[in-house]
Amino acid sequence: MANHATTQHPTEHISTVGSSVTIWLILLMCTGLTAWVAFIDLGPLNTVVALGIATFKATLVVLFFMHVKYTNEKLTPLVIVSALFFLGLLLSLSMADFATRLWH
Amino acid sequence: MHTSPAVVVDEHAHDNPALLHHFSDERQQKNAASLGMWIFLATEVMFFGGMFCAYLVYRHWYFGDFSAASQTIAILPGAINTAILICSSLTVVLAVRAAQLNRRSQLVFWLLSTIVLGLVFLGIKGYEYHDKFVEHHVPGLNFSFVEALPGHVGAMANPHHAEIFFSLYFALTGMHALHMIIGVGLFSFLAFEAWRGRYTSNYYTPVENSGLYWHFVDIIWIYLFPLIYLIDRHK
Repeated sequence: MANHATTQHPTEHISTVGSSVTIWLILLMCTGLTAWVAFIDLGPLNTVVALGIATFKATLVVLFFMHVKYTNEKLTPLVIVSALFFLGLLLSLSMADFATRLWH
Repeated sequence: MHTSPAVVVDEHAHDNPALLHHFSDERQQKNAASLGMWIFLATEVMFFGGMFCAYLVYRHWYFGDFSAASQTIAILPGAINTAILICSSLTVVLAVRAAQLNRRSQLVFWLLSTIVLGLVFLGIKGYEYHDKFVEHHVPGLNFSFVEALPGHVGAMANPHHAEIFFSLYFALTGMHALHMIIGVGLFSFLAFEAWRGRYTSNYYTPVENSGLYWHFVDIIWIYLFPLIYLIDRHK
């Protein structure tokens, strides 16, 4: 019984229907936007724009749909940043090798 | 009951039967489960990251041939599938919300909606794979690729390099589809358990963690859609 004060109901974030539907609509609009802009010739910027929109969409999903914005666990953002850091390491060091070596 | 110390094994048990004795409270238990799920998803990032890296390297090497191959893929089914996955992410969010609010029938409904959307995605994916078979664009199986090289008048794309694009196409979308199939299996289990009343606002960790998995698979597709369908479309 001594611990009774600490066993109160956890204050979990419950997302409202309105905010979830708003995020959903933004994600759908971004999908339409990225499909539309793909047919416009922006030169090398096409890839940048497409991946930029994808990253924006992924960020919305992580923050709002996966509740990272409202989590009270401080280690979750650390895990995400670590995963992205090592993914960046994998991609950048691989490309630093393949793009600079005279194999062809 | 509490007058006899020998009987009291778990002093939290009267609050929430789902709370395990080695956690001090519900929040700590939930956070531990959620953190474990996130670490699993970090390993999944590395798993898909390897294939994305292979795509990046070969695209860098065989830039024109990859463009020619990418342009043969129909954009509409991919766009529809992107929208379907985004809708399924919304139904997952609503399922978690229903669990948090103790609404059993709503929870079952949103879980079943997610399964239906997942199956529609897989159906459209199957239709796209069917097209690849018809067009002889399946590597190692009567593969033939006769397409012009974008931006070079009169030049043809190298079919061997195009075959590498389609190998990566099948590896990436196939692995994604496998994750979708596993997700549909998970959600079928969740729907059955939810229908039996297993999940309440006191205990819905499986719903939440499966939801994280589903959103992650959605994010993979959010990147696959531009990389495979879109970025060579303008040439």
